[in-house]
This record gives sequence, C-alpha cells and structure tokens, in this order.
Amino acid sequence: MSYIIDRRQNSKKKSTVNRQRFLRRYKKHIKEAVEEAVNHRSITDMDKGGKVTIPRRDISEPVFHHGEGGVRKRVFPGNKEFSEGDEFNRPPAGGGGGSGSGQASNSGEGMDEFTFQINQEEFLDFMFEGLELPYLVKKQLRNSTQFETRRAGFTNAGSPDKIHIVRSLRSALARRIALSGSDRGKIRELRKEIETLEQRLPSSDAERQIGLLEEQILELRKHISRLPWIDDFDIKYNNMIRVPVPSSKAVMFCVMDVSGSMTQTIKDMAKRFFILLYLFLKRNYKTIEVVFVRHHTHAKEVDEEEFFYSRETGGTIVSSALNMTADIIRDRYPANDWNIYVAQASDGDNWDGDSHSCREILHRKILQHVQYFAYVEITTGPHQNLWLEYEKVKDAWSESFAMHQIEDPADIYPVFRKLFEKKTEGPA
Amino acid sequence: MTKKKEPISTGAEWTFELIERYDREIGRIADSYGLDTYPNQIEIITSEQMMDAYSSVGMPLNYNHWSFGKQFVETEQNYKRGRMGLAYEIVINSDPCISYLMEENTMTMQALVIAHACYGHNSFFKGNYLFQTWTDASAIVDYLLFAKNYIRQCEERYSVEAVEEVLDSCHALMSYGVNRYQRPTPLTAEEERERQQSREEYIQRHLNDLWNTIPQKEENATAQEIRFPSEPEENILYFIEKNAPLLEPWQRELVRIVRKVSQYFYPQKQTQVMNEGWACFWHYTLLHGLHDEGLVTDGFMMEFLHSHTSVVYQPGFDSPYFSGINPYTLGYNMMQDIRRICENPEDEDREWFPQIAGSNWRDTLMDAMHNYKDESFILQFLSPKLMRELKLFTILDDADNPKLRVSSIHNEIGYERIREDMSAQYNLGNREPNIQVYNVDVRGDRSLTLRHYMHNRQPLGDDAVEVMRHLHRLWGFDVHLESVMPDGTVATSYHCPLQTSTEVVSA
Repeated sequence: MSYIIDRRQNSKKKSTVNRQRFLRRYKKHIKEAVEEAVNHRSITDMDKGGKVTIPRRDISEPVFHHGEGGVRKRVFPGNKEFSEGDEFNRPPAGGGGGSGSGQASNSGEGMDEFTFQINQEEFLDFMFEGLELPYLVKKQLRNSTQFETRRAGFTNAGSPDKIHIVRSLRSALARRIALSGSDRGKIRELRKEIETLEQRLPSSDAERQIGLLEEQILELRKHISRLPWIDDFDIKYNNMIRVPVPSSKAVMFCVMDVSGSMTQTIKDMAKRFFILLYLFLKRNYKTIEVVFVRHHTHAKEVDEEEFFYSRETGGTIVSSALNMTADIIRDRYPANDWNIYVAQASDGDNWDGDSHSCREILHRKILQHVQYFAYVEITTGPHQNLWLEYEKVKDAWSESFAMHQIEDPADIYPVFRKLFEKKTEGPA
Repeated sequence: MTKKKEPISTGAEWTFELIERYDREIGRIADSYGLDTYPNQIEIITSEQMMDAYSSVGMPLNYNHWSFGKQFVETEQNYKRGRMGLAYEIVINSDPCISYLMEENTMTMQALVIAHACYGHNSFFKGNYLFQTWTDASAIVDYLLFAKNYIRQCEERYSVEAVEEVLDSCHALMSYGVNRYQRPTPLTAEEERERQQSREEYIQRHLNDLWNTIPQKEENATAQEIRFPSEPEENILYFIEKNAPLLEPWQRELVRIVRKVSQYFYPQKQTQVMNEGWACFWHYTLLHGLHDEGLVTDGFMMEFLHSHTSVVYQPGFDSPYFSGINPYTLGYNMMQDIRRICENPEDEDREWFPQIAGSNWRDTLMDAMHNYKDESFILQFLSPKLMRELKLFTILDDADNPKLRVSSIHNEIGYERIREDMSAQYNLGNREPNIQVYNVDVRGDRSLTLRHYMHNRQPLGDDAVEVMRHLHRLWGFDVHLESVMPDGTVATSYHCPLQTSTEVVSA
C-alpha cells in the first residue's frame, strides 16, 4: 500500500533559519566582503547581491580523523599494467587519483575557500548596518499618522449617497437579460411555430392553434415583465478607503559638481557616494523624494539617470547650485512639511569670488530649513577656499552641518558611515 | 504472460495517476519476488525543497543549527552554478517509508526512483539486521520532532548562542556517540518525553555520588589505582551525558539528542555498498520485469538504462573523475554476481562459493541482505570474477617507505588478499580512529583521559586539537588524549588546555 502526497505547495524555506544562523555566525567575514565590494564595485552593480568568500578552515567542523602517516592499504579499480610487487614514487599530495579516502574534503588541498552568494536584501543589510538618517526617526515618531480617503473601485454595500448609478443600472440590465433568457427563447420558438402555421392553408384549426400560441406568448411576456427592474444586489457603491498619509516626508538633495576640474576618477567617487546614499534612502524611507542638482557654472535639476551618467564640462560656480537648491526648497518643499537633507560632493574647486557667497546662501537661505547638510570633498590636494568658507559655516551650524574629505575609493564607505551614523541627541 | 499488455505510458510527462499506476505494478512485481517492505509514503517535492532536505541530513525535519545552513548555502551555490545535479530521490528509514520524488523528473525517472527507493531501499531498511537492531523506524520522525521542540525551548530559555555552543561540541564528537556492540532498547516518543524529566533528576543525584567530596577510605589509595570507568567506554557522548560534572540537565539532554541522531545514522554508514547495491539490483530487476510484461516501452528502457549505467559507472583510478570506489558499482555488481553464481555457476565459483553455487538466488540474496554489513558482505561474497572485471589492485602505503608498493593484483594469489583489503576498507573501525574514554581522575583534578588505539601506526589528523577544545567545553575540566601503540606505549598526547610539559606515561 502506498500513499502519494503532493508536497510541492509546502513551504520551501525550511532552511532559512539555518541559513540566517550561518550568516550571523560569520558576520565578520561577510561584512568584510561587503565593504570590499562597496569599494571596488562599479556603480550599476552596487545594489546587487554579493559573493562572500570565507577561508574554509574558518568554518570547518573539526572531527577526529586519521592523519597522514602510518601504514595503509587501499584498493583501486581499473588496473592496467601493474603487477604484484611493483613500486613507484608517491604522487604529490592532493593530486589526481591519489588523494583522500572517504574524507577527501578534509585532506584535499584544492578547496581552500568556501564561497557563497548573499542576495541584495542581505547585502544592503550588511552595508547599512548601524546607519541612520539623523533625527528623522524622532520627527516621524512625534507626528501622528494622518489618513486620506481615496476611491478604490466598487462594492456591493455602502451608504445611499455613494451609489454609482451607471454601474447599478448596468448590472440590473445584465441580470434582467440573464433571468429572462429562457422565456425569450420560448417566445422565439412559439413565434416560429406561428409562422409555420400561418404559411399553411388557413383553416379554423390552424387559427385556433395560433390563438393558443399567442396566448402563451402573452403569458411569457407577462412573466418577463414581472422581473424586478432593479434589485438589491444590482446596486453598486463607490468604494472609498482610508489610506495612511505619512505626515513626515523627507527630501534629499544631491548636489554635485560636474565642472572641468572634476576628473573622471573624482566624479566616479562622487557618484559612488551618492549611489550609496540613494540606495540607503530608497531602502530606509519609503516616502522620500530625491532631487538631483548638478552644476558647473550653471546649475540644473536633472533626473537620476542624467545626474549620474551624462557628461558636461565647464567652470565652477558652486553658488549657482546652492541658489537653485534654495529656490526648490522654497517653491516645492516647505520646511514645515518636509525633512530636508542636502548632500553635496565637490573637488573643492570654486571660482574665487564665489565661495563667500556660498557661505552667505547657506546661512541665509538653506541651513535654517534643512535637517542636515553633508558636504564631501573629494581631493588629495590641499583644501581650497570653499573648504575654508565651509569650515566657518560648520562652526556656526555644528548641529546640522557636516563635512568630510575623501581621498580614494576606500574612504567612501567609512566617511559615509560617519556622516550618517546613528545620532540620538540634537534638535529634531 | 501469454499476451503483451499495453504500455502504461508513452510520454515523458508524469501525472499522479501514472505514478500510482506504476507504483502498483512495480509493487506487484516486487511482491512476486518476495520483497518485504514498510508501507510507502511517496512525496512529490520541488528542487528547492530537495535542497532543504539535503541540508537537514535528508530528514523531513531537524533541529536548527548553523552547520545545516552552511550545508544549504553550499548545495544551493553548487546547484545554481550547475556544478552538480540533485539526487533524484531521498529515502528515509521510517515507517511508513518516506521517499521524496522531485517534480522535475521525467516519468521514467519517477518509475526508476519508485523501484529504487520505495522497494529497494525500503526492503533493505526493513530487512537488514543492523537497521532492525539499531534503529526504530516507527519512532524516528516523532523523536526528531521532540528534539526540534526541545532544542527550540532551550534556545528560548538559555539563548541561541548557549545552545549552539553545546551542539557544536557534540557535533565534533558525533561519530563517537554510538554504541557499537550494546543494543539499545527502542523507546517511543511518548516515553521519551516522560523519561526526560526523571532522567534529569536521576543523573544529577547519581553524579553527586560520583563526585562526592567526603574522603573515602584512605588505605585503598595505596593499592592498585582503580580506573573509572572500569572498562574503556567507546561511546564518548554517552559517557559525557552521564558523567560530565558541570553540565546542566538541559545540556545533557542536548548531548543525548545528538547521540541518538548519530546512532540512527550508524547503520547507514556501515551498509552503504549493500544498501545501494541492493536498491540498484532491484530497480534493474523490477523495471525489466515491467518491460517483459510489455508495460513499458523500449524508449522508457533506453532512458532508464542510460541513467542506470551512469549511476553504476566506475572510473578507473587514473581517471580525472575518480574519487574512490563507487559504492553503487561495487554493490550492484556484487548483487548481480551472486545471482549469476546461483544460476550459472562456473567451476571457479563452485570452488569459491560451494554453499551458494547453484542455490536459489532469491533465498541467497535475501539471506545476504538480512545478515551482513558492508565489511562482512564483501569478505563473504566478492568473487574472483568480479575482481577481474573491476581490475582491482591494492596499494600499500607505508610512511616509512619512500615508495608505494602494489601489494596484490587480481590474480590467483591476490584474490584472497584483495578481498580482505577491500573488506577492511569498509570496516568502520579502520576508517575512524578508535578513541575511547580511558580514565577519569575522580579523586584528583577530575581530568578526563581518552585513549586513541592506533591502527597501523596511523596518527590523528590536525583537527584533533580543535576537537579536544570541544571536549573540554563539555567536560569542564582538563582533558587528555593519548595515542597508544599496540604495545601500549604512548606515541603522542594532546591536552586541553595546552600543557607546557608533555608527560609521557607508559601504561
């Protein structure tokens, strides 16, 4: 007697817990691999999962087994030319057919590394572990959630003021057609009979029959007309649902210099910083908007694609971008509705007379509105006037202004972490 | 069989009706050969579920541990990269006997798997003496459920890390958690739960006795020192469960669970060649039975034979694909060979196997299946003809000799010796180092001493140091391990925590 059971619908994630435990146990290794990947990966690959390699000796489970040495005999198949008593040199360990018995993996030399894949979710988790946008959480917690009523299709129940007349009548008509179908079919048949009777020679008998049939038709007609014109279940109502509206919204400005002084490698690093930032935002805050502003001598608001991938060159006037940012904030993101964050990346080059006005703009138009302004300067050289001006800004706005220098790609991730590490104190 | 029947199916697609039909027909033929099986529970699963089953050592459920996660990650990686295919089936020694069939298989493969697992392995599980003695097919699933729940509760109460530590240490000693000679009494899961409580109490009380600090009679101290345990104990985990001084009751229970699981798999380790050989022999015989009756098409047979031959393929020792003797090949060929010896014996066979040559092959095979394990099966039944066919030869590797030596080949003088060498190769005692609990310094520092009885002067592998650390964690006091030569001299010793001066004591 056999039972056949279809288990395909059962959960296929039985190993998830074990897998998580494995990842937790080797967290250190995985984090190293993730940081390595963040530093060296091309931008488009940044949000993919990752390959993690752990030295096999770190994860082996030790057991007692025989070591090298001593006397051992082993039977092999496929003898070709050997005869008893033949002697030959020991083949090098781990090579070809000579290695290991049942426990080949313990003694084998070729499998030094254990490599496996983590998915995007896990990759980002490790990447962003311990990071938090400053103060946002606090503000979110303080504001209660508001609701908004939105239309969402139709239902069969509701209050009379929500009746949708066209839908209701349409379904009433459909019902009447459906319910009268068999009667109308019968009427059609009777009509055909009458026609055939009429085509015959007129006789009293035929006329009497026609009369009877007409009567039947009339009866059916009455039956049809007795169908209710509209019924309870025909009535459709507009469906309204309450959707929570996040009262705490955030907008992130990404400001980047794309002028001639920005070399390709500098731009690449800036791009990485923003990508990291952007992924972080997309991941942590569902209701965040991102504004991309790029500038050389003129600032321009662009979409994500253009921000990262199109090329332009020219001189540098940083204040143009700051002005534009200030304008956008004023026009579209009133500070009482939005948490505003600005991240700026530059090589520190600016037209000499402009740096001062940058400071002015920050002071007067931007910093009082924003939660946080992060500036990264990607340069290996000495700081220039923009940095010096910004240092003054930092002194005045130490709570909401941060600046850091990045020298090579390996710096990006630590700086990123530093800028956005969890901060619990400070104004919300 | 006067008239050929219609084939059951012609296409590659399987349906539940077809599986049922094939199972009925295969079951009928198996019955006619006298195969005695547990009821079958055939479960259709997806490849993801197959990977899950893989990584929980083939069991339908198991407790959680990171090492299973590691296994899963590795399997998944290899499978997704196309480096390995998954097994077509997994079969569990339980009553009813659970077999997993993958949904990706063709109809032919499903039929093959049914014949192989549901009738081959199944009858082996039910009939072989090792399985009958050491495992309790009806209780294993219940026991695993008990274990899983118990361990989960421990994790909630004492933290995942604390449980993991104990399990890690137990896993390191898992091979030394089996009774090799003493038969355990089977318990149902119900009894298991009831007993667990009383066991906790009992052990704690019993322990206090052993570790009693009240001074004993002084005059005995001068006499011959009495060792504890008085006889060496081969089941290290059992010894720890019963005697480790510092373990909490729940930790003892974890040791017990690992030990039980290990014991359950013990027969499988010792019957790999026989079990696979038996299953291969029967899928071959049963499917040919179907073909003889006209129930399957020639195309079906071609597909079946294709996968059959790749399963029982043995690459030569110099092939890049060689990774030891293929147990499927050896087992299958030996089974077929026994049938041949019974049905068409030659003079050589009559000389070598006087008691089975010409006998009823079914009875002989059944007897072999019931009463042997790999080691004894090979020693008893490996025939000169098969040794010639497989071209077997033995290499003697003596670390003291710079050269390897071909000690025997498949010739008149070699047959007997190769057969012994081959048999020894499957002797579990030779494959795993023989390590036993030797002594506990009950009156002194409570240190535990293990003895490794060296086989052919083979030392322990490097892992030993690491395993000692695990042992130390379980025992709680110093642990020592001595590798002992046959003449009783101690060759090497390991200590945890590490000792500065290594004392070599001769016993």
